[in-house]
Amino acid sequence: MSIFHSLIRKEALHIVRDTRTMVITLLMPIVLLLLFGFAISTEVNDVRVVAVVDRHTDETRDILQRLRVNEYFTFQGLTAPEDVDALLRSGKTDAALFLRNEEGVLKSQIIVDASNTNTAQTATAYIRGVANGTSAKSTVLTNTLYNPQLKSAYNFVPGILGMIFILICAIMTSVSIVREKETGTMSLLLVSPVKPRTIILGKLVPYFLLSCVILTVMLLMAYTVLGLPVSASVVSVIVVSLLYIILSLSIGLMVSTIVDTQLTALIVSAVMFMLPVIMLSGMIFPVDNMPVVLQWISNIIPARWYIEAMRKLMVQQLAFSYIIKDVLILLAMTAVLLAASIAKFKSSTR
Amino acid sequence: MRRNPLIPKIIIAMPIMVMLVLPLVANLDVKNVGVTVVDNDHSQLSRRMIADIDASEYLTVQSVVGTHGEAMASVENGEADVILTIPPYYSRNLSGGNAELDIEANGVNATKGMLGAQYVSQSAMATLSQWRSENSISVTMPETSVINLYNPTLNFRNYMIPALIVVLLIIICGFLPALNLVSEKESGTIEAMNVTPVSRFAFVLSKLIPFWIVGLIVVTVGMIIGWLVYGLTPTGSLGAIYLVAILFSLTMSGLGVAIANKSATMLQSIFVMFAFIMIFQLMGGLFTPIRSMPEWAQCITYAIPPRYFIEIMRSVYLKGAGIIDLWPQYTAIAAFAVFFSALAAITYSKRS
Amino acid sequence: MHYYKDKAISVRNLTKCFGSFIAVDHISFDVAKGEIFGFLGANGAGKTTAMRMLCGLSVPTAGNGHVAGCDIITQAEAIKHRIGYMSQKFSLYSGLTVEENISLFSTIYGMSSKEIREASGRLFAELGMEDMRRAFVKDIPVGWRQKLAFAVATIHKPEVVFLDEPTGGVDPVTRRKFWELIYKASSEGMTVFVTTHYLDEAEYCNRISIMVDGRISALDSPSALKEKYHAATIDEVFRIVAQTAQRTD
Repeated sequence: MSIFHSLIRKEALHIVRDTRTMVITLLMPIVLLLLFGFAISTEVNDVRVVAVVDRHTDETRDILQRLRVNEYFTFQGLTAPEDVDALLRSGKTDAALFLRNEEGVLKSQIIVDASNTNTAQTATAYIRGVANGTSAKSTVLTNTLYNPQLKSAYNFVPGILGMIFILICAIMTSVSIVREKETGTMSLLLVSPVKPRTIILGKLVPYFLLSCVILTVMLLMAYTVLGLPVSASVVSVIVVSLLYIILSLSIGLMVSTIVDTQLTALIVSAVMFMLPVIMLSGMIFPVDNMPVVLQWISNIIPARWYIEAMRKLMVQQLAFSYIIKDVLILLAMTAVLLAASIAKFKSSTR
Repeated sequence: MRRNPLIPKIIIAMPIMVMLVLPLVANLDVKNVGVTVVDNDHSQLSRRMIADIDASEYLTVQSVVGTHGEAMASVENGEADVILTIPPYYSRNLSGGNAELDIEANGVNATKGMLGAQYVSQSAMATLSQWRSENSISVTMPETSVINLYNPTLNFRNYMIPALIVVLLIIICGFLPALNLVSEKESGTIEAMNVTPVSRFAFVLSKLIPFWIVGLIVVTVGMIIGWLVYGLTPTGSLGAIYLVAILFSLTMSGLGVAIANKSATMLQSIFVMFAFIMIFQLMGGLFTPIRSMPEWAQCITYAIPPRYFIEIMRSVYLKGAGIIDLWPQYTAIAAFAVFFSALAAITYSKRS
Repeated sequence: MHYYKDKAISVRNLTKCFGSFIAVDHISFDVAKGEIFGFLGANGAGKTTAMRMLCGLSVPTAGNGHVAGCDIITQAEAIKHRIGYMSQKFSLYSGLTVEENISLFSTIYGMSSKEIREASGRLFAELGMEDMRRAFVKDIPVGWRQKLAFAVATIHKPEVVFLDEPTGGVDPVTRRKFWELIYKASSEGMTVFVTTHYLDEAEYCNRISIMVDGRISALDSPSALKEKYHAATIDEVFRIVAQTAQRTD
């Protein structure tokens, strides 16, 4: 058994014996993927609406019928005008459509609970479409490109991966290195003939392998359960993900050379890397909606480029040539971080 | 808690950071929708349609191209989100009644695609009806007016800020007890407590009570920033907010202590807590509406404590609802508080 | 000048500065092969820094030295093959079993699987730990852990073994037994370089040095030192010598 092999075995034993952490690292991505895939959606697909009609005509009956059959609405029936306010305040309905006939002309008014602006805007747009559809002679055909079922999940798979790899590679790796510093086993390794390079690799390889397992599970799930289309881009997806895993590992290494206690390692990794990934990488909130300063900050967050590249590959099914910029940026970040942290590690050992 | 100088700093710095950055970032409003138009009509009408789209608040015409292939390329390189295709002889065919506009939305970001397509469609229809009336083609379009209740300016931040205070409490009251208790375990100071005659209920309670205070501080800091920076103050009563804040900090710190009791290492307790927090944030209706979820997922959300807290905060802040209006939510969260505190006490054992 | 050839450790004017702070200030000494050399000093006197330089973990600012025939500046990696090290804190992998720790460290020191089997069999028999083979290190008593750590540090028969406060937090009986292990190693020709805070332990050493403010203030056999300072115990000697310290922590 070579030195390298036995160092890896030692680390693997540590990972596997912490069953709870292990189960969470494996289960969490799966649960997140299923939640994003089947439970959570940013699209507004169920607007509860009541209607107030002063006099029924063919036109109003048409509109109400369209409300009833439209899958985006739950039509809660007609109500008296004075009840509308109470229904909205108690949250029992989302919007009310008032239809009034004034001298033979139909006027409509939408009162919407705007506390959730997103739902409000969408609800208004939908209801308007239904109310106005009556007299428009020309139709508009709306199609969706790439993502015909509008599954928000497609959008989130890259985000989940971007977050999980930071969690495993950056947090777990830095904590495990710092734990060796805290307990003193690191100095045992350093006075031994093992080269610093071997110690680092012995630490990184097991977490790299763990990440690969998770990547495999996630991709299998994305392509089967979520039904992402399989295409030639799978190879690029894997290549870009491996690059990102290495980048995350260098972040973990960097953190471990700076801090001395597990608690600090956890807090630094969480505040410096986890929060920005969730908030600024475009994982949940689109980057181009952010203020310019934050957009600028988001440029230095590796996950931003990874997620961008993965979306182009997985959702838009674009060729590798479209992500060259993202890949180059990730490569540059990896090179800088890896070089810096290895230099830092070496200087701290001698 | 006093021993670790990092923790009080986090209690103050974290709310400030989250409250300052997240409302700017957590913007699901659809703006800056890029539109590429394939104009095969080249008529006065089509040009007017394009100009009107570009003038719209949410839409920007990125390019006008001749072929659909070029339009697709502009979507692929990320310039455009929506393609509007105006077929040849569109304006001429209009009078015949069988003219169709074709809108294609990029589905990568589902919300942006859907809404973008709606906006383009509305803008085009508006141009059309105006053009028709000018050319005295009589088609009556019903006028539609919209009243936005509770948030008349449609400011998404007003919707997010009350919920962000919830996020703060989730993170701080969840992580801190876990970190605190496990570090006591690792350093062995907890043994000193175990040899005293303090009962486990008293001990666990003494661990939880500081988090009421932490919770109240965090909520206050959050509300002050909401007021100073974003000019948002609760429409409802402060008492209603503080009551739910106390109940909720008890719930979260109870959960945190219970997890710490069962964890051997700091990493373990953080990972378990992180898993809970992710699920809480995703399923609590924070960023995505609960009503958009399928039936089974909506059932799960009844077991997610932040769901009730978020509902209460938003209703009190924006709609001015009171404890009486929201009694089911208050009852639920009080039940959770009792449950998790009891769980914290039961899982804590003085002997190993 | 081959003064180091017949010495296990030989140091001349060894100095280490951190910025303007002089942690170790021109120390010189020799340790003979097979000797038990006690390295005493108050906290912050510079013991650990000096020891780190000898182990090849830290590059001296000035001066030079040889450990086990290797230059500590140019042959740091070669030194590591010839020394054993047991640190101040208890340092084995507590999440691994006794057996796994032994196999990990003996592999690191380049032993073959056959050698490992023989060495660990011998080790278990000598320490009487046969029934603890598969126990996790975190579950065995502290006294046993220290003995195990020593056994692991010397499993590859190093020429010099460095012990940094090896008996911290251990009861007197176990400490006594631990020193028996040290004597045994020394009798087999191993050189032992040991730092300690227990001054009664210093009496067990062949020679001791006392560091004060980065310098070696006294160096001789325990009996000679007691005579020189007219003291009954090393404890008294230490107090007299350490009185002059300016640095406290």
